[in-house]
Amino acid sequence: MQTKSPLLISAKNLTCIREERMLFECLDVAINKGDIVQIEGPNGAGKTSLLRILAGLSVPYEGKVFFEDEEIDNAREVFHQNLLYIGHLAGVKGELSAQENLTFSLNLKGLNSDDAEEVLSEVNLLGFEDALASHLSAGQHRRITLAQLWKSKAPVWILDEPFTAIDKRGVKILENLFMKHADNGGCVILTTHQDLTIPAERVKKIKLEYNFY
Amino acid sequence: MWKWLHPYANPEFTYHFTGKLIPWFKYLTIILLSIGLVWALLFAPADYQQGDSFRIFYIHVPAASLSMGIYVGMAIAALSGLVWQLKLADASAAAMAPIGAVFTAIALITGAAWGKPMWGTWWIWDARLTSELILLFLYLGVIALHNAFEDKNLAGKAAGILTLVGVINIPIIKYSVEWWNTLHQGSTVSKLGKPSMSVDMLWPFIFCFIGFVCLVGLITCIRFRTEILARNSMRPWVKTLVLSEAGLENGKEKANAI
Amino acid sequence: MTSTSSLSYRQAFGLILKRDLMIAFRHTDDIVNPLLFFIIVVTLFPLGIGPESNTLSRIAPGIIWVAALLSTLLSLDRLFKSDHADGTLEQMLLSPHPVFVLVLAKITAHWLVTGLPIILIAPLLAVLLHLNELSYGALFLTLLIGTPILSLLGAIGVALTVGIKKGGVLLSLLVLPLYIPVLIFATSAIDSAAMNLPYSGHLAIIAALFFGALTLSPFAVSAALKVSTN
Repeated sequence: MQTKSPLLISAKNLTCIREERMLFECLDVAINKGDIVQIEGPNGAGKTSLLRILAGLSVPYEGKVFFEDEEIDNAREVFHQNLLYIGHLAGVKGELSAQENLTFSLNLKGLNSDDAEEVLSEVNLLGFEDALASHLSAGQHRRITLAQLWKSKAPVWILDEPFTAIDKRGVKILENLFMKHADNGGCVILTTHQDLTIPAERVKKIKLEYNFY
Repeated sequence: MWKWLHPYANPEFTYHFTGKLIPWFKYLTIILLSIGLVWALLFAPADYQQGDSFRIFYIHVPAASLSMGIYVGMAIAALSGLVWQLKLADASAAAMAPIGAVFTAIALITGAAWGKPMWGTWWIWDARLTSELILLFLYLGVIALHNAFEDKNLAGKAAGILTLVGVINIPIIKYSVEWWNTLHQGSTVSKLGKPSMSVDMLWPFIFCFIGFVCLVGLITCIRFRTEILARNSMRPWVKTLVLSEAGLENGKEKANAI
Repeated sequence: MTSTSSLSYRQAFGLILKRDLMIAFRHTDDIVNPLLFFIIVVTLFPLGIGPESNTLSRIAPGIIWVAALLSTLLSLDRLFKSDHADGTLEQMLLSPHPVFVLVLAKITAHWLVTGLPIILIAPLLAVLLHLNELSYGALFLTLLIGTPILSLLGAIGVALTVGIKKGGVLLSLLVLPLYIPVLIFATSAIDSAAMNLPYSGHLAIIAALFFGALTLSPFAVSAALKVSTN
């Protein structure tokens, strides 16, 4: 059944309580195809928690998340096929090489990994393909994970602080990638402390406040 | 069909509801246990074989049955919490676990006290005692796991999973006296059929048993209400409750503090 | 724009299994240390209890099995802890495959690296403990069917405690009560073999425990992992 609705990810009545502090309550979210959404707020306001709830990793205290109008709890496999989540942790194993890590991540999502080497050169890791990740820096770990963005076929991208340890040139490349992804009908939901150079009219914002209790 | 149960999923409603149950449990417990224990320990006839040491039966058997019953209750609550995401179910499981652990310990200790005169030994590694000991470890594990998490909701879910994994132990305890050749005696009272006990001993036993059940109900309600308050401490109804209980003399200062 | 490419269950299983084995072999002290622990613990008993041959052969099945339990416990940490710490566990939970397939693959890799060496070394250690000759077959078979159960049940404990700091001691408290039935039936099987009695009944019960654990444990582990990565 082809849905004409532009709604990609939405959520109703989200309430998040972490360690007895109410982060947000009764939050409704609606994100359409082509949206680039930035979640802003001070530290501890619940940005990461919101992203994790939208990605289906955390269960909210109340409320439900929908992917294309279907509850994600009822359609986990479909949702996961259409989601790319990159969180705070790099998702890179120290015992494997950069190329092995990327190959594993791509294969896990059912993507072809034959051109892993070329993709690594896109993120400026040419020459480091066979280096064990334990010998690489945190920024290089980030880039191994972000390399998935070039090959991902998933429409929903949820990225928690993607620009950490990335230089200015890399940030620009990533922003262009986000805009291209949104133009192709996907959506990007991200948090970042840096100022985006993406034109303001293309970015929607969700502001979270810090609650003390 | 289950709509009448829906209000009970609301923490505030259940808090006040269990508050109303507490006086009932309190008086039933006091009446039943005082009659039951005095009758059992002082006035019931001594067993023709074991003499007066038989009287531990009146405490040992209810404690053992309740240790298993509480675990099954926790398992049902855990299942409800996991399947229907009921937060209160997790709270009730957290409330019951220490009670169950204490009753298991009572069963083991009174059993040992009974075993010495009856079998000549404080302990024996037969199927029933071993599986009851495993039950104690399971309870302690659930309590420890619950305390290890900082977020109470996650703690409840994790403890629930562990409870469900361990529930297989309960049928083993129950049927261990039938499946294996053990030193422990078989069951004397069953739900169907005549009990193999004389009537003079049956009645104090029933009083004690129901009295202990009410005691468990009482303590569970008290602990359950505490758990509800702890898990909902940021809700407005809790704040109003705290303020009204603190009284109006200090009302102004409390209002400013919160 | 929804994509539908994905791997079959068998391919996903193989992918994770291969990855875990690769990681284990690059980190060989994870394999060797629990095995050394197993050997050392077994050798402590003759030193502590006295070298009298009859006593040792009477308690040999128990010593080997308890040492196997403790050694497996030591190695369980490896199962999910490092994946949880570097974020690869989250990515596996978000992959399009059912979590139980991935969990089974990880547990299989764990058993291949931990349980299998124990099964191979145990007969040698049994010689040190003067195990009755009739019991060797039973020892081997109980370990063969029993060690996978240890990995399966241990995985539940690790999955529950992986997010807790200093969860190591708590892990022992949770997992050892679950191990007790396997221990009891395995040692009684080996004792029956020593008396030249049939032990196929005991083996059947251990096999039943194995199949029960095999079918139910991956679901408990998945649920626990979802709680731990919340």
